[in-house]
Amino acid sequence: MENFRADVAHIGKSVVIKGELSGSEDLYLDGEVEGNIELRGHSLIVGPNGRVRANVHAKDVVVHGKVDGNIQAKEKVELKKSAVLNGDIFTQRIMIEDGAFFKGAIDIQKPDVKPETKPMAGAVSSATSTSGSSIGGGATGFGGGSQSSLLDRK
Amino acid sequence: MGFFRNIFGGTSENVAEPRRGSDQRIHRRSTGYHEFVRAIAKPEGQTVLDLGPTSPANIQYITGLGHRAYNEDVLSEGMSPAFVVPGEQEGTTAIDVERFMQENLLQPPETFDAVLLWDICDYLPEPLVKPVIERIRLVTKPKGMLMGFFHTRDAGPEAPYCRYHIRDDQTLELQPVSQLHLQRVFNNRHIENLFHNYSSIKFFLGKDNIREVLIVR
Repeated sequence: MENFRADVAHIGKSVVIKGELSGSEDLYLDGEVEGNIELRGHSLIVGPNGRVRANVHAKDVVVHGKVDGNIQAKEKVELKKSAVLNGDIFTQRIMIEDGAFFKGAIDIQKPDVKPETKPMAGAVSSATSTSGSSIGGGATGFGGGSQSSLLDRK
Repeated sequence: MGFFRNIFGGTSENVAEPRRGSDQRIHRRSTGYHEFVRAIAKPEGQTVLDLGPTSPANIQYITGLGHRAYNEDVLSEGMSPAFVVPGEQEGTTAIDVERFMQENLLQPPETFDAVLLWDICDYLPEPLVKPVIERIRLVTKPKGMLMGFFHTRDAGPEAPYCRYHIRDDQTLELQPVSQLHLQRVFNNRHIENLFHNYSSIKFFLGKDNIREVLIVR
């Protein structure tokens, strides 16, 4: 766990923010954010109580808590063992601790390669599933089927 | 089949929990795995779907090849109580397959060049197996390759569910996870039926009672 640092902005666990969160300093986030987080050139730490439903742009991102959304980090993403991430990661370096839960894609960016802008991951939970390109969803009719024996002869 | 277990009886042993597994790691080398790795090694820039629990080793290996790694732990989701609904008979439960498929494997069609299926078909709740395999076919590119593992009957009903970690292009590390049990045993014909919409299937029998199968979309 990161220690408290006076040069890092803190958002405590009782704070809920809806909308755009941007800044030009490092941020320790232990509360809830729904919207977008823009910390280009700076670091974001999502604390163990942090709950983020947002796309994140930062230099470095460390996740202890839960993130639903894409993470675009210029340099590095770390998923700690308590992390739960539903979304895609675009970064140059990644560190994932055993025990972290991750559902999404990882694109390792070579330096100076501009990542393509994407909507939030189609494979996140239903509450945040907004991608028009994903299959599934209520209207497509995939899935279903009877619960008959798998081993029935065709 | 004697091995089959009904997970819908209301017991809690199959309730999904984060599966970190034991510290024990078993090294496994095999022909099928090696052939799969050789097939997906080049060119760079492929998209690889790993259907096992999040494995830092797998992500590191796949991205190290210059590929895009996609992780989705379908078995964990399939065991989630969130998809359990009352069954047709009183006191029984069933899986809400339609809802499960609306919330999982939602990638656009023909997204993946390769799929690490591992042995999830042996452990998934039965109603989900066919829909999941069909959905995987849809999200896999033509000529894309799947690698699946299937236990033989000789593995026994207590064969532990393992997390698979890629160690190198020859070796896997198996990390047993105690709380999941084999749900069924497929024979070759069952596997061929399951993947009848795919273009080819190749079998490799391992020494550890695991049948490796390479399937081409």
